[in-house]
Amino acid sequence: MNWYGVKAIYQFEMARWLRTLGQSLAAPVLSTSLYFIVFGTAIGSRMGDVGGVSYGAFIIPGLMMLSILNESIGNASFGIYFPKWSGTVFEILSAPLSWRELLLGYVGAATTKSMLLGCLILATARLFVPYEIQHPLWMLCFLFLTAVSFSLFGFLIGLWAETWERLQTVPLLLITPLTFLGGAFYSIDMLPPLWQKLTLLNPVLYLISGFRWSFYGIADVHVGISVVMIFLFLLVCLLTARWMIVSGYRLKR
Amino acid sequence: MSETTAADSIVAIKGLNKRYANGFVALKSIDLEIRRGEIFALLGPNGAGKTTLINIVCGIVNASAGSVTADGYDTVDQFRQARMRIGLVPQELNTDAFETVWATTRFSRGLFGKPANPAHIEKVLRSLSLWDKKDEKILTLSGGMKRRVLIAKALSHEPTILFLDEPTAGVDVELRHDMWEVVHGLREAGVTIILTTHYIEEAEKMADRVGVILNGEIILVEEKAALMRQLGKRQLALQLNEAMQQIPAELTDLPLELSNEGKTLVYTFNAQGESTGVAELLNRLATQRISFHDLKSSESSLEDIFVNIVRNQR
Ligand SMILES: Nc1ncnc2c1ncn2[C@@H]1O[C@H](COP(=O)(O)OP(=O)(O)OP(=O)(O)O)[C@@H](O)[C@H]1O
Ligand SMILES: [Mg+2]
Repeated sequence: MNWYGVKAIYQFEMARWLRTLGQSLAAPVLSTSLYFIVFGTAIGSRMGDVGGVSYGAFIIPGLMMLSILNESIGNASFGIYFPKWSGTVFEILSAPLSWRELLLGYVGAATTKSMLLGCLILATARLFVPYEIQHPLWMLCFLFLTAVSFSLFGFLIGLWAETWERLQTVPLLLITPLTFLGGAFYSIDMLPPLWQKLTLLNPVLYLISGFRWSFYGIADVHVGISVVMIFLFLLVCLLTARWMIVSGYRLKR
Repeated sequence: MSETTAADSIVAIKGLNKRYANGFVALKSIDLEIRRGEIFALLGPNGAGKTTLINIVCGIVNASAGSVTADGYDTVDQFRQARMRIGLVPQELNTDAFETVWATTRFSRGLFGKPANPAHIEKVLRSLSLWDKKDEKILTLSGGMKRRVLIAKALSHEPTILFLDEPTAGVDVELRHDMWEVVHGLREAGVTIILTTHYIEEAEKMADRVGVILNGEIILVEEKAALMRQLGKRQLALQLNEAMQQIPAELTDLPLELSNEGKTLVYTFNAQGESTGVAELLNRLATQRISFHDLKSSESSLEDIFVNIVRNQR
Protein backbone atom coordinates (compact mmCIF):
# COMPACT_ATOMS: atom_id res chain seq x y z
CA MET A 1 0.00 0.00 0.00
CA ASN A 2 1.18 3.49 -0.84
CA TRP A 3 0.11 5.07 2.46
CA TYR A 4 2.13 8.20 1.84
CA GLY A 5 0.18 8.69 -1.36
CA VAL A 6 -3.15 8.19 0.43
CA LYS A 7 -2.08 10.67 3.08
CA ALA A 8 -0.97 13.21 0.48
CA ILE A 9 -4.36 13.13 -1.26
CA TYR A 10 -6.27 13.12 2.01
CA GLN A 11 -4.37 16.11 3.35
CA PHE A 12 -4.66 17.93 0.05
CA GLU A 13 -8.43 17.50 0.08
CA MET A 14 -8.75 18.50 3.72
CA ALA A 15 -6.58 21.58 3.16
CA ARG A 16 -8.78 22.61 0.27
CA TRP A 17 -11.79 22.31 2.55
CA LEU A 18 -10.14 24.24 5.37
CA ARG A 19 -9.28 27.08 3.03
CA THR A 20 -12.97 27.62 2.44
CA LEU A 21 -14.12 26.46 5.84
CA GLY A 22 -16.64 29.26 6.25
CA GLN A 23 -18.37 28.38 3.05
CA SER A 24 -17.97 24.66 3.59
CA LEU A 25 -19.70 24.67 6.95
CA ALA A 26 -21.72 27.87 7.17
CA ALA A 27 -23.85 27.23 4.09
CA PRO A 28 -25.19 23.80 5.07
CA VAL A 29 -25.59 24.80 8.71
CA LEU A 30 -27.48 27.91 7.69
CA SER A 31 -29.80 26.10 5.33
CA THR A 32 -30.48 23.39 7.88
CA SER A 33 -31.25 26.03 10.48
CA LEU A 34 -33.74 27.58 8.10
CA TYR A 35 -35.44 24.22 7.65
CA PHE A 36 -35.68 23.83 11.40
CA ILE A 37 -37.10 27.29 11.82
CA VAL A 38 -39.67 26.87 9.06
CA PHE A 39 -40.64 23.20 9.34
CA GLY A 40 -39.58 22.37 12.85
CA THR A 41 -40.68 25.39 14.78
CA ALA A 42 -43.17 27.39 12.71
CA ILE A 43 -45.08 24.63 10.93
CA GLY A 44 -44.13 21.84 13.31
CA SER A 45 -45.84 23.49 16.21
CA ARG A 46 -49.15 23.11 14.34
CA MET A 47 -48.51 19.51 13.34
CA GLY A 48 -49.24 16.54 15.53
CA ASP A 49 -46.60 14.06 16.62
CA VAL A 50 -45.42 11.46 14.14
CA GLY A 51 -45.04 8.02 15.67
CA GLY A 52 -44.93 9.57 19.09
CA VAL A 53 -42.19 12.04 18.20
CA SER A 54 -42.69 15.79 17.82
CA TYR A 55 -42.57 16.89 14.21
CA GLY A 56 -39.54 19.11 14.80
CA ALA A 57 -37.57 16.17 16.17
CA PHE A 58 -39.00 13.82 13.53
CA ILE A 59 -37.39 15.74 10.67
CA ILE A 60 -33.90 15.94 12.20
CA PRO A 61 -32.61 12.67 10.69
CA GLY A 62 -34.02 13.55 7.28
CA LEU A 63 -32.50 17.00 7.32
CA MET A 64 -29.14 15.62 8.32
CA MET A 65 -29.34 13.15 5.48
CA LEU A 66 -30.25 15.88 3.04
CA SER A 67 -27.14 17.86 3.97
CA ILE A 68 -24.83 14.89 4.18
CA LEU A 69 -25.90 13.58 0.81
CA ASN A 70 -25.43 16.94 -0.84
CA GLU A 71 -22.11 17.61 0.83
CA SER A 72 -20.70 14.15 0.22
CA ILE A 73 -21.56 14.27 -3.43
CA GLY A 74 -20.55 17.89 -3.90
CA ASN A 75 -17.24 17.47 -2.16
CA ALA A 76 -16.12 14.20 -3.61
CA SER A 77 -17.23 15.01 -7.14
CA PHE A 78 -15.42 18.34 -7.09
CA GLY A 79 -12.32 16.70 -5.62
CA ILE A 80 -11.72 14.57 -8.70
CA TYR A 81 -13.43 16.70 -11.32
CA PHE A 82 -11.31 19.76 -10.63
CA PRO A 83 -7.94 18.13 -11.38
CA LYS A 84 -9.46 16.60 -14.50
CA TRP A 85 -10.62 20.01 -15.58
CA SER A 86 -7.43 21.88 -14.69
CA GLY A 87 -5.11 19.20 -16.06
CA THR A 88 -3.31 18.50 -12.79
CA VAL A 89 -4.78 15.01 -12.86
CA PHE A 90 -1.75 14.02 -14.93
CA GLU A 91 0.20 13.76 -11.70
CA ILE A 92 -2.40 11.58 -10.00
CA LEU A 93 -2.45 9.29 -13.04
CA SER A 94 1.33 9.04 -13.19
CA ALA A 95 1.66 8.31 -9.47
CA PRO A 96 2.04 4.79 -8.08
CA LEU A 97 -1.52 4.65 -6.76
CA SER A 98 -3.97 1.79 -7.16
CA TRP A 99 -7.73 2.30 -7.32
CA ARG A 100 -7.92 1.47 -3.61
CA GLU A 101 -5.49 4.18 -2.64
CA LEU A 102 -7.13 6.76 -4.86
CA LEU A 103 -10.49 6.00 -3.29
CA LEU A 104 -9.12 5.97 0.25
CA GLY A 105 -7.62 9.41 -0.27
CA TYR A 106 -10.48 11.14 -2.05
CA VAL A 107 -13.47 9.35 -0.60
CA GLY A 108 -11.86 9.20 2.84
CA ALA A 109 -11.48 12.96 2.91
CA ALA A 110 -15.01 13.58 1.67
CA THR A 111 -16.36 11.15 4.26
CA THR A 112 -14.51 12.93 7.06
CA LYS A 113 -15.93 16.25 6.01
CA SER A 114 -19.46 14.89 5.80
CA MET A 115 -19.22 13.27 9.23
CA LEU A 116 -18.01 16.51 10.76
CA LEU A 117 -20.79 18.36 9.06
CA GLY A 118 -23.34 15.83 10.29
CA CYS A 119 -22.21 16.32 13.87
CA LEU A 120 -22.35 20.06 13.48
CA ILE A 121 -25.91 19.90 12.19
CA LEU A 122 -26.88 17.66 15.05
CA ALA A 123 -25.51 20.25 17.45
CA THR A 124 -27.31 23.05 15.60
CA ALA A 125 -30.59 21.14 15.80
CA ARG A 126 -30.24 21.13 19.55
CA LEU A 127 -30.74 24.87 19.50
CA PHE A 128 -34.17 24.47 17.94
CA VAL A 129 -35.67 21.21 19.12
CA PRO A 130 -35.04 18.81 21.94
CA TYR A 131 -34.36 15.25 20.82
CA GLU A 132 -32.83 12.06 22.11
CA ILE A 133 -30.86 9.35 20.37
CA GLN A 134 -31.92 5.83 21.30
CA HIS A 135 -29.14 3.98 19.50
CA PRO A 136 -26.14 6.34 19.31
CA LEU A 137 -23.77 3.68 17.96
CA TRP A 138 -26.16 2.76 15.21
CA MET A 139 -26.61 6.43 14.51
CA LEU A 140 -22.86 6.81 13.99
CA CYS A 141 -22.82 3.68 11.84
CA PHE A 142 -25.57 5.01 9.60
CA LEU A 143 -23.90 8.39 9.46
CA PHE A 144 -20.64 6.79 8.45
CA LEU A 145 -22.14 4.40 5.91
CA THR A 146 -24.13 7.16 4.31
CA ALA A 147 -21.16 9.49 4.18
CA VAL A 148 -18.93 6.80 2.64
CA SER A 149 -21.36 5.53 0.09
CA PHE A 150 -22.46 8.95 -1.12
CA SER A 151 -18.92 10.29 -1.16
CA LEU A 152 -18.09 7.33 -3.34
CA PHE A 153 -21.13 8.06 -5.49
CA GLY A 154 -19.99 11.68 -5.76
CA PHE A 155 -16.52 10.54 -6.75
CA LEU A 156 -18.12 8.53 -9.55
CA ILE A 157 -20.03 11.56 -10.74
CA GLY A 158 -16.81 13.59 -10.73
CA LEU A 159 -15.06 10.90 -12.75
CA TRP A 160 -17.91 10.66 -15.18
CA ALA A 161 -18.69 14.36 -15.64
CA GLU A 162 -17.08 16.14 -18.54
CA THR A 163 -18.62 19.56 -17.97
CA TRP A 164 -19.38 21.69 -14.95
CA GLU A 165 -23.07 21.59 -15.84
CA ARG A 166 -23.21 17.85 -15.54
CA LEU A 167 -21.29 17.95 -12.31
CA GLN A 168 -23.93 20.18 -10.81
CA THR A 169 -27.11 18.90 -12.37
CA VAL A 170 -26.82 15.34 -11.15
CA PRO A 171 -27.02 16.20 -7.46
CA LEU A 172 -29.64 18.81 -8.18
CA LEU A 173 -31.88 16.67 -10.37
CA LEU A 174 -31.39 13.40 -8.57
CA ILE A 175 -30.53 13.81 -4.95
CA THR A 176 -32.75 16.68 -3.88
CA PRO A 177 -35.97 15.10 -5.20
CA LEU A 178 -35.03 11.66 -3.93
CA THR A 179 -34.38 13.05 -0.47
CA PHE A 180 -37.57 15.08 -0.36
CA LEU A 181 -39.60 12.15 -1.62
CA GLY A 182 -37.70 9.69 0.54
CA GLY A 183 -39.50 10.68 3.69
CA ALA A 184 -37.30 13.46 5.01
CA PHE A 185 -40.38 15.39 6.07
CA TYR A 186 -43.00 12.69 6.49
CA SER A 187 -43.50 9.08 7.32
CA ILE A 188 -44.51 7.12 4.23
CA ASP A 189 -47.65 5.75 5.85
CA MET A 190 -48.98 9.30 5.49
CA LEU A 191 -49.01 8.65 1.73
CA PRO A 192 -51.69 6.97 -0.40
CA PRO A 193 -50.96 3.23 -0.95
CA LEU A 194 -49.73 3.60 -4.55
CA TRP A 195 -47.20 6.24 -3.52
CA GLN A 196 -46.10 4.10 -0.63
CA LYS A 197 -45.23 1.34 -3.12
CA LEU A 198 -43.42 3.73 -5.46
CA THR A 199 -41.47 5.25 -2.61
CA LEU A 200 -40.03 1.85 -1.83
CA LEU A 201 -38.05 2.15 -5.08
CA ASN A 202 -36.30 5.20 -3.71
CA PRO A 203 -32.95 4.21 -2.21
CA VAL A 204 -32.78 7.30 -0.04
CA LEU A 205 -35.88 6.14 1.81
CA TYR A 206 -33.88 3.29 3.31
CA LEU A 207 -31.18 5.63 4.50
CA ILE A 208 -33.56 8.05 6.16
CA SER A 209 -35.68 5.30 7.63
CA GLY A 210 -32.72 3.51 9.14
CA PHE A 211 -31.22 6.71 10.39
CA ARG A 212 -34.47 7.77 11.99
CA TRP A 213 -34.77 4.39 13.62
CA SER A 214 -31.41 4.95 15.33
CA PHE A 215 -32.82 8.15 16.78
CA TYR A 216 -36.35 7.26 17.78
CA GLY A 217 -36.82 3.57 17.17
CA ILE A 218 -39.44 4.28 14.49
CA ALA A 219 -38.91 3.25 10.89
CA ASP A 220 -40.74 3.04 7.57
CA VAL A 221 -38.93 -0.16 6.64
CA HIS A 222 -37.17 -2.67 8.81
CA VAL A 223 -33.74 -1.44 9.87
CA GLY A 224 -32.12 -4.62 8.60
CA ILE A 225 -33.39 -3.87 5.11
CA SER A 226 -31.93 -0.38 5.42
CA VAL A 227 -28.51 -1.76 6.27
CA VAL A 228 -28.61 -4.29 3.43
CA MET A 229 -29.68 -1.61 0.95
CA ILE A 230 -26.87 0.72 1.96
CA PHE A 231 -24.31 -2.05 1.63
CA LEU A 232 -25.69 -2.97 -1.77
CA PHE A 233 -25.44 0.61 -2.92
CA LEU A 234 -21.90 0.84 -1.55
CA LEU A 235 -20.91 -2.34 -3.33
CA VAL A 236 -22.29 -1.20 -6.68
CA CYS A 237 -20.47 2.12 -6.36
CA LEU A 238 -17.25 0.40 -5.34
CA LEU A 239 -17.30 -1.98 -8.29
CA THR A 240 -18.09 0.83 -10.69
CA ALA A 241 -15.31 3.00 -9.27
CA ARG A 242 -12.83 0.18 -9.54
CA TRP A 243 -13.75 -0.44 -13.12
CA MET A 244 -13.57 3.25 -14.02
CA ILE A 245 -10.18 3.79 -12.43
CA VAL A 246 -8.56 0.59 -13.65
CA SER A 247 -9.77 1.02 -17.22
CA GLY A 248 -9.08 4.75 -17.15
CA TYR A 249 -12.59 5.51 -18.37
CA ARG A 250 -12.88 9.28 -18.74
CA LEU A 251 -9.53 9.60 -17.01
CA LYS A 252 -6.99 8.43 -19.53
CA ARG A 253 -7.07 9.09 -23.22
CA MET B 1 25.52 1.66 -33.82
CA SER B 2 26.34 -0.60 -30.94
CA GLU B 3 23.63 -2.98 -29.84
CA THR B 4 21.78 -2.13 -26.66
CA THR B 5 21.82 -5.11 -24.37
CA ALA B 6 19.14 -5.78 -21.81
CA ALA B 7 21.55 -5.02 -18.99
CA ASP B 8 22.19 -1.41 -19.81
CA SER B 9 18.71 -0.49 -20.99
CA ILE B 10 16.48 1.14 -18.39
CA VAL B 11 13.37 1.84 -20.46
CA ALA B 12 12.31 -0.70 -23.04
CA ILE B 13 9.44 0.09 -25.38
CA LYS B 14 8.19 -2.74 -27.55
CA GLY B 15 5.69 -2.62 -30.37
CA LEU B 16 3.89 0.37 -28.95
CA ASN B 17 0.78 1.49 -30.81
CA LYS B 18 -1.63 4.25 -30.01
CA ARG B 19 -4.93 4.86 -31.67
CA TYR B 20 -6.90 7.68 -30.05
CA ALA B 21 -10.64 7.43 -29.50
CA ASN B 22 -11.28 9.47 -32.63
CA GLY B 23 -9.44 6.85 -34.69
CA PHE B 24 -6.26 8.85 -35.14
CA VAL B 25 -3.16 6.67 -35.04
CA ALA B 26 -0.55 8.64 -33.13
CA LEU B 27 2.05 5.89 -32.67
CA LYS B 28 2.83 3.08 -35.06
CA SER B 29 4.70 0.17 -33.59
CA ILE B 30 7.39 2.02 -31.67
CA ASP B 31 10.44 0.09 -30.50
CA LEU B 32 12.89 2.01 -28.41
CA GLU B 33 15.42 1.33 -25.71
CA ILE B 34 16.77 4.00 -23.42
CA ARG B 35 20.12 3.28 -21.79
CA ARG B 36 20.74 3.60 -18.12
CA GLY B 37 22.24 6.95 -17.23
CA GLU B 38 22.03 8.59 -20.62
CA ILE B 39 20.41 11.77 -21.79
CA PHE B 40 18.17 10.87 -24.69
CA ALA B 41 16.70 13.59 -26.85
CA LEU B 42 13.51 12.76 -28.71
CA LEU B 43 13.12 15.10 -31.62
CA GLY B 44 10.26 15.51 -34.02
CA PRO B 45 7.98 18.12 -35.51
CA ASN B 46 4.68 19.16 -33.90
CA GLY B 47 2.22 16.31 -33.75
CA ALA B 48 4.87 13.63 -34.33
CA GLY B 49 3.79 11.73 -31.22
CA LYS B 50 6.44 12.68 -28.65
CA THR B 51 4.02 13.62 -25.90
CA THR B 52 1.85 10.61 -26.63
CA LEU B 53 4.84 8.32 -26.25
CA ILE B 54 5.93 9.90 -22.97
CA ASN B 55 2.39 9.90 -21.61
CA ILE B 56 2.01 6.21 -22.28
CA VAL B 57 5.23 5.41 -20.45
CA CYS B 58 4.10 7.53 -17.50
CA GLY B 59 0.61 6.02 -17.30
CA ILE B 60 -1.39 9.03 -18.44
CA VAL B 61 -2.48 7.59 -21.77
CA ASN B 62 -3.46 3.97 -22.39
CA ALA B 63 -1.50 2.16 -25.08
CA SER B 64 -3.51 0.38 -27.78
CA ALA B 65 -0.87 -2.33 -28.14
CA GLY B 66 2.65 -3.05 -27.06
CA SER B 67 4.47 -2.90 -23.77
CA VAL B 68 6.82 -0.70 -21.81
CA THR B 69 9.15 -1.63 -18.99
CA ALA B 70 10.90 0.80 -16.68
CA ASP B 71 13.90 -0.59 -14.84
CA GLY B 72 12.57 -4.03 -15.67
CA TYR B 73 9.05 -3.42 -14.36
CA ASP B 74 6.09 -3.51 -16.70
CA THR B 75 4.43 -0.10 -16.58
CA VAL B 76 0.95 -1.66 -16.52
CA ASP B 77 1.23 -4.90 -14.55
CA GLN B 78 3.85 -3.60 -12.15
CA PHE B 79 2.86 0.03 -12.33
CA ARG B 80 3.73 0.66 -8.72
CA GLN B 81 7.39 -0.25 -9.00
CA ALA B 82 7.65 1.31 -12.44
CA ARG B 83 6.03 4.62 -11.57
CA MET B 84 7.93 5.14 -8.33
CA ARG B 85 11.06 5.39 -10.44
CA ILE B 86 9.69 7.84 -12.96
CA GLY B 87 9.40 11.60 -12.81
CA LEU B 88 7.56 13.62 -15.43
CA VAL B 89 7.65 17.28 -16.35
CA PRO B 90 4.69 17.64 -18.66
CA GLN B 91 4.51 19.89 -21.67
CA GLU B 92 1.44 21.74 -20.43
CA LEU B 93 1.76 24.09 -17.46
CA ASN B 94 -0.85 22.36 -15.32
CA THR B 95 -0.46 23.35 -11.69
CA ASP B 96 -2.62 23.73 -8.61
CA ALA B 97 -3.13 27.47 -8.63
CA PHE B 98 -4.05 27.86 -4.97
CA GLU B 99 -1.29 25.76 -3.48
CA THR B 100 2.04 27.17 -2.40
CA VAL B 101 5.23 26.07 -4.10
CA TRP B 102 6.31 24.27 -0.96
CA ALA B 103 3.00 22.49 -0.42
CA THR B 104 2.69 21.30 -3.99
CA THR B 105 6.23 19.92 -4.05
CA ARG B 106 5.71 18.15 -0.75
CA PHE B 107 2.43 16.77 -2.06
CA SER B 108 4.14 15.25 -5.09
CA ARG B 109 6.68 13.48 -2.95
CA GLY B 110 3.96 11.91 -0.82
CA LEU B 111 1.93 10.98 -3.87
CA PHE B 112 4.84 8.93 -5.16
CA GLY B 113 5.06 7.00 -1.93
CA LYS B 114 8.02 8.67 -0.26
CA PRO B 115 8.11 9.83 3.39
CA ALA B 116 8.40 13.57 3.92
CA ASN B 117 11.92 14.90 3.53
CA PRO B 118 12.06 18.68 3.91
CA ALA B 119 15.82 18.72 3.34
CA HIS B 120 15.44 17.15 -0.08
CA ILE B 121 12.59 19.46 -1.05
CA GLU B 122 14.69 22.41 0.02
CA LYS B 123 17.61 21.21 -2.05
CA VAL B 124 15.40 20.80 -5.12
CA LEU B 125 13.78 24.21 -4.70
CA ARG B 126 17.15 25.87 -4.21
CA SER B 127 18.65 24.23 -7.27
CA LEU B 128 15.80 25.67 -9.32
CA SER B 129 16.03 29.12 -7.72
CA LEU B 130 12.58 28.65 -6.24
CA TRP B 131 13.54 28.86 -2.61
CA ASP B 132 12.54 32.48 -2.11
CA LYS B 133 9.18 31.71 -3.74
CA LYS B 134 8.42 28.67 -1.62
CA ASP B 135 5.54 30.27 0.30
CA GLU B 136 3.92 31.89 -2.69
CA LYS B 137 0.81 30.58 -4.34
CA ILE B 138 1.53 29.13 -7.76
CA LEU B 139 -1.16 31.38 -9.18
CA THR B 140 1.10 34.39 -8.60
CA LEU B 141 4.08 32.95 -10.48
CA SER B 142 5.11 33.66 -14.05
CA GLY B 143 5.03 30.96 -16.72
CA GLY B 144 8.74 30.24 -16.46
CA MET B 145 8.45 29.96 -12.70
CA LYS B 146 5.57 27.53 -13.06
CA ARG B 147 7.76 25.44 -15.31
CA ARG B 148 10.35 25.34 -12.54
CA VAL B 149 7.67 24.29 -10.08
CA LEU B 150 6.75 21.40 -12.36
CA ILE B 151 10.38 20.36 -12.49
CA ALA B 152 10.63 20.58 -8.70
CA LYS B 153 7.52 18.39 -8.36
CA ALA B 154 8.98 15.83 -10.74
CA LEU B 155 12.23 15.71 -8.78
CA SER B 156 10.57 15.66 -5.37
CA HIS B 157 10.48 11.87 -5.14
CA GLU B 158 14.02 11.31 -6.40
CA PRO B 159 13.17 9.50 -9.61
CA THR B 160 15.83 7.54 -11.46
CA ILE B 161 14.13 8.11 -14.81
CA LEU B 162 13.11 11.64 -15.70
CA PHE B 163 10.95 12.66 -18.63
CA LEU B 164 11.15 16.30 -19.66
CA ASP B 165 8.52 17.13 -22.25
CA GLU B 166 9.72 20.39 -23.73
CA PRO B 167 11.14 21.70 -20.48
CA THR B 168 12.50 24.86 -22.05
CA ALA B 169 9.47 25.94 -24.07
CA GLY B 170 8.76 29.57 -23.28
CA VAL B 171 11.69 29.82 -20.92
CA ASP B 172 14.23 32.62 -20.92
CA VAL B 173 17.93 32.17 -21.60
CA GLU B 174 18.93 32.28 -17.99
CA LEU B 175 16.49 29.64 -16.87
CA ARG B 176 17.46 27.51 -19.81
CA HIS B 177 21.04 27.57 -18.62
CA ASP B 178 19.94 26.82 -15.06
CA MET B 179 17.97 23.92 -16.39
CA TRP B 180 20.85 22.51 -18.35
CA GLU B 181 22.90 22.67 -15.21
CA VAL B 182 20.23 20.87 -13.22
CA VAL B 183 19.94 18.23 -15.92
CA HIS B 184 23.68 17.70 -16.01
CA GLY B 185 23.77 17.45 -12.25
CA LEU B 186 21.05 14.79 -12.36
CA ARG B 187 22.92 12.88 -14.99
CA GLU B 188 26.03 12.96 -12.85
CA ALA B 189 23.92 11.50 -10.08
CA GLY B 190 22.95 8.65 -12.38
CA VAL B 191 19.47 9.75 -13.42
CA THR B 192 18.38 8.73 -16.90
CA ILE B 193 16.85 11.64 -18.77
CA ILE B 194 14.56 11.59 -21.74
CA LEU B 195 13.71 14.99 -23.14
CA THR B 196 11.88 16.44 -26.06
CA THR B 197 12.68 19.83 -27.40
CA HIS B 198 12.23 22.00 -30.41
CA TYR B 199 15.50 23.80 -29.71
CA ILE B 200 17.83 21.46 -31.46
CA GLU B 201 20.92 23.21 -30.21
CA GLU B 202 19.71 22.08 -26.81
CA ALA B 203 19.74 18.45 -27.88
CA GLU B 204 23.08 19.00 -29.52
CA LYS B 205 24.50 20.38 -26.32
CA MET B 206 22.99 17.91 -23.88
CA ALA B 207 22.10 14.61 -25.45
CA ASP B 208 24.14 11.45 -25.60
CA ARG B 209 21.77 9.94 -28.09
CA VAL B 210 19.12 11.34 -30.35
CA GLY B 211 15.94 9.76 -31.63
CA VAL B 212 13.81 11.24 -34.36
CA ILE B 213 10.10 10.55 -34.45
CA LEU B 214 7.95 11.45 -37.40
CA ASN B 215 4.26 10.70 -37.93
CA GLY B 216 4.27 8.24 -35.06
CA GLU B 217 7.31 6.30 -36.20
CA ILE B 218 10.85 6.33 -34.90
CA ILE B 219 12.91 6.89 -38.00
CA LEU B 220 16.32 7.19 -36.44
CA VAL B 221 18.12 6.50 -33.18
CA GLU B 222 21.78 7.35 -33.05
CA GLU B 223 24.62 8.46 -30.84
CA LYS B 224 24.70 12.17 -31.21
CA ALA B 225 28.43 12.26 -31.88
CA ALA B 226 28.19 9.56 -34.53
CA LEU B 227 25.23 11.26 -36.11
CA MET B 228 27.08 14.51 -36.35
CA ARG B 229 30.07 12.71 -37.79
CA GLN B 230 28.12 10.71 -40.34
CA LEU B 231 25.63 13.25 -41.44
CA GLY B 232 27.35 16.43 -40.47
CA LYS B 233 29.20 18.25 -43.20
CA ARG B 234 32.01 20.69 -42.95
CA GLN B 235 32.52 23.50 -45.35
CA LEU B 236 35.40 25.69 -46.22
CA ALA B 237 34.46 29.04 -47.72
CA LEU B 238 37.13 30.96 -49.58
CA GLN B 239 36.66 34.66 -50.27
CA LEU B 240 38.15 35.05 -53.74
CA ASN B 241 40.08 38.10 -54.81
CA GLU B 242 38.49 37.93 -58.25
CA ALA B 243 34.97 36.70 -58.82
CA MET B 244 34.57 33.60 -61.01
CA GLN B 245 31.89 32.84 -63.56
CA GLN B 246 32.27 29.12 -63.17
CA ILE B 247 34.47 26.49 -61.64
CA PRO B 248 37.53 25.92 -63.83
CA ALA B 249 37.37 22.64 -65.73
CA GLU B 250 40.54 21.46 -63.98
CA LEU B 251 38.78 21.55 -60.63
CA THR B 252 35.40 20.02 -61.45
CA ASP B 253 36.39 16.71 -59.85
CA LEU B 254 36.30 18.44 -56.46
CA PRO B 255 33.12 19.13 -54.44
CA LEU B 256 33.18 22.84 -55.11
CA GLU B 257 30.42 25.36 -55.48
CA LEU B 258 30.30 29.04 -56.17
CA SER B 259 28.18 31.40 -54.19
CA ASN B 260 27.87 35.08 -53.40
CA GLU B 261 27.93 36.00 -57.14
CA GLY B 262 31.08 34.01 -57.73
CA LYS B 263 33.03 35.78 -55.03
CA THR B 264 32.97 32.83 -52.63
CA LEU B 265 34.19 29.35 -53.39
CA VAL B 266 32.70 26.72 -51.10
CA TYR B 267 34.39 23.39 -50.54
CA THR B 268 32.24 20.76 -48.82
CA PHE B 269 33.78 17.73 -47.22
CA ASN B 270 32.76 14.94 -44.95
CA ALA B 271 33.38 15.66 -41.32
CA GLN B 272 34.10 12.00 -40.73
CA GLY B 273 36.96 11.60 -43.19
CA GLU B 274 40.52 11.25 -42.01
CA SER B 275 41.94 13.24 -44.88
CA THR B 276 39.86 16.27 -45.51
CA GLY B 277 41.51 17.05 -48.82
CA VAL B 278 41.98 20.65 -47.78
CA ALA B 279 45.75 20.53 -48.40
CA GLU B 280 45.22 19.18 -51.89
CA LEU B 281 42.59 21.78 -52.58
CA LEU B 282 44.87 24.62 -51.59
CA ASN B 283 47.70 23.18 -53.72
CA ARG B 284 45.52 22.92 -56.75
CA LEU B 285 44.09 26.40 -56.27
CA ALA B 286 47.68 27.71 -56.19
CA THR B 287 48.48 25.84 -59.39
CA GLN B 288 45.42 27.45 -61.00
CA ARG B 289 46.57 30.80 -59.63
CA ILE B 290 43.30 31.35 -57.85
CA SER B 291 43.95 33.60 -54.89
CA PHE B 292 41.77 34.43 -51.92
CA HIS B 293 41.93 36.90 -49.08
CA ASP B 294 39.98 35.05 -46.39
CA LEU B 295 38.80 31.61 -45.51
CA LYS B 296 36.28 30.30 -43.04
CA SER B 297 35.40 26.76 -42.09
CA SER B 298 32.00 25.79 -40.69
CA GLU B 299 30.27 22.67 -39.47
CA SER B 300 26.65 21.79 -39.95
CA SER B 301 24.66 21.73 -36.74
CA LEU B 302 22.33 19.03 -35.49
CA GLU B 303 19.59 21.35 -36.58
CA ASP B 304 20.68 21.18 -40.22
CA ILE B 305 20.91 17.42 -39.92
CA PHE B 306 17.49 17.19 -38.35
CA VAL B 307 15.87 19.41 -40.93
CA ASN B 308 17.45 17.31 -43.67
CA ILE B 309 16.26 14.03 -42.21
CA VAL B 310 12.72 15.26 -41.75
CA ARG B 311 12.63 16.79 -45.21
CA ASN B 312 13.92 13.62 -46.84
CA GLN B 313 11.32 11.49 -45.11
CA ARG B 314 8.40 13.59 -46.21
N1 LIG C 1 -6.68 13.05 -27.18
C1 LIG C 1 -6.38 13.00 -28.47
N2 LIG C 1 -7.29 12.57 -29.36
C2 LIG C 1 -7.00 12.50 -30.67
N3 LIG C 1 -5.81 12.81 -31.20
C3 LIG C 1 -4.86 13.24 -30.38
C4 LIG C 1 -5.08 13.36 -28.97
N4 LIG C 1 -3.96 13.80 -28.40
C5 LIG C 1 -3.07 13.96 -29.39
N5 LIG C 1 -3.60 13.62 -30.58
C6 LIG C 1 -2.93 13.65 -31.89
O1 LIG C 1 -1.82 12.78 -31.84
C7 LIG C 1 -0.72 13.33 -32.56
C8 LIG C 1 0.51 13.35 -31.69
O2 LIG C 1 0.32 14.27 -30.65
P1 LIG C 1 1.45 14.56 -29.61
O3 LIG C 1 0.90 15.50 -28.62
O4 LIG C 1 1.99 13.28 -29.11
O5 LIG C 1 2.54 15.29 -30.51
P2 LIG C 1 3.92 15.93 -30.12
O6 LIG C 1 4.97 15.23 -30.91
O7 LIG C 1 4.09 15.96 -28.66
O8 LIG C 1 3.75 17.42 -30.68
P3 LIG C 1 4.25 18.81 -30.10
O9 LIG C 1 5.64 18.98 -30.57
O10 LIG C 1 3.33 19.78 -30.74
O11 LIG C 1 4.11 18.77 -28.63
C9 LIG C 1 -1.16 14.71 -33.02
O12 LIG C 1 -1.52 14.63 -34.36
C10 LIG C 1 -2.37 15.01 -32.17
O13 LIG C 1 -3.29 15.79 -32.89
MG1 LIG D 1 4.20 17.37 -27.27
